[in-house]
Amino acid sequence: MQQTRTVELGTGLFVFLGIAALFFLTTQTTGTGMGRVETYTVTARFDNIGGLTARAPVTMAGVTIGRVEKIALDPERLDAVVTLQIDRQFDQIPEDSEASILTAGLLGGNYIGLGAGGSLDSLRDGDEIYLTQSALVLESLISRFLFSQSEDDDDD
Amino acid sequence: MGLIREIGATLVAFLRALGSMAIFLGRLIIYAPAGLLRFRLVVQQVHNTGSLSLAIIMLSGFFVGLVLGLQGFDLLRRFNSENVLGGAVALGLIKELGPVVTALLFAGRAGTALASEIGLMKATDQLSAMEMMAVDPMKRVVLPRFLGGVIAMPFLVAIFTAIGIFGAWMIGVAWMGVDPGVFWSQMQSLVSMDDVREGIFKSIVFGVAASLVAVYEGYTAWPTAEGVGRATTRTVVITAVSVLILDYMITAALL
Repeated sequence: MQQTRTVELGTGLFVFLGIAALFFLTTQTTGTGMGRVETYTVTARFDNIGGLTARAPVTMAGVTIGRVEKIALDPERLDAVVTLQIDRQFDQIPEDSEASILTAGLLGGNYIGLGAGGSLDSLRDGDEIYLTQSALVLESLISRFLFSQSEDDDDD
Repeated sequence: MGLIREIGATLVAFLRALGSMAIFLGRLIIYAPAGLLRFRLVVQQVHNTGSLSLAIIMLSGFFVGLVLGLQGFDLLRRFNSENVLGGAVALGLIKELGPVVTALLFAGRAGTALASEIGLMKATDQLSAMEMMAVDPMKRVVLPRFLGGVIAMPFLVAIFTAIGIFGAWMIGVAWMGVDPGVFWSQMQSLVSMDDVREGIFKSIVFGVAASLVAVYEGYTAWPTAEGVGRATTRTVVITAVSVLILDYMITAALL
């Protein structure tokens, strides 16, 4: 009897630890699953999204307030329509805020930074952010730099 | 001439072993519902292979996490990207190191025990005695051990991985000063549910492979002291090689 009780206790402990570990892996290490918060969606149009991907963070003043839900190309205007999911608790964002695509560190992925505007009306579900700034593409930066450099030379 | 004959014989022997192992697996799968009726025996084997492997799995997972944390931090610091440490370590552990290292440890800790136990039962004629009493040793001895290993493996992998991430957290956050919020948020943005599913899938496949090799080698061992010893060695070797090959194939298929 003592023997079977130890076996049952040991197995129970093992299975409990295993399920706890699985629970931890599925909920804590991934950005999905439990802990999902109430969100509202807004869209923003960009000429160039650079390396932005779905599920990239949306930040305001450096604090993550939401995620990129999806990215699509508008077939008529030929620009990128980015759908943002923003946490319900941040529902006081002025509607003339600016969205820009930024890069975190050297290897870090792209994310969207929101700069607060001055309007008294705030963004609502389904609204569009009109002020946007596209991703900085390194090649175009370099070519612009070289171009201005040669113009300077001409002046001399 | 002799060389060619030897190569041919080795090939035939390999194919025969592969075939008989596949038939063995087929028999175990057919018997599986019967094994679940003997639930108590399966629980006993989950205890043997799972609970008793817990200490070595947790200790190894912790130190693998510590090493990954140190190496990852040192490497990422050269690119000024220590922030992705959490994500990098978690991805590596969840997709590769967790399932593979756990399977190798499982072969060494539980697989050898299974093979030598069954082999010794065979060498001491216990299996024949069961047959005499009209008890099928496949159902009474082999099947519960196989099922116990298959059930225990995903749990062991999950525990190994979780503790490994904790080890990396200790190095990265508690010692090297990576911001804890960044550590977790980078992990959550890098790791997707598909990665966790891949890890769980691998752990189930490896659990079947490691348990099958162990019980097969034990059951088909020569009923002598030497035969049991050889079966134990072969269990570790075959499990290690087949797990690494399976790992490559699953990774290539899911990528």
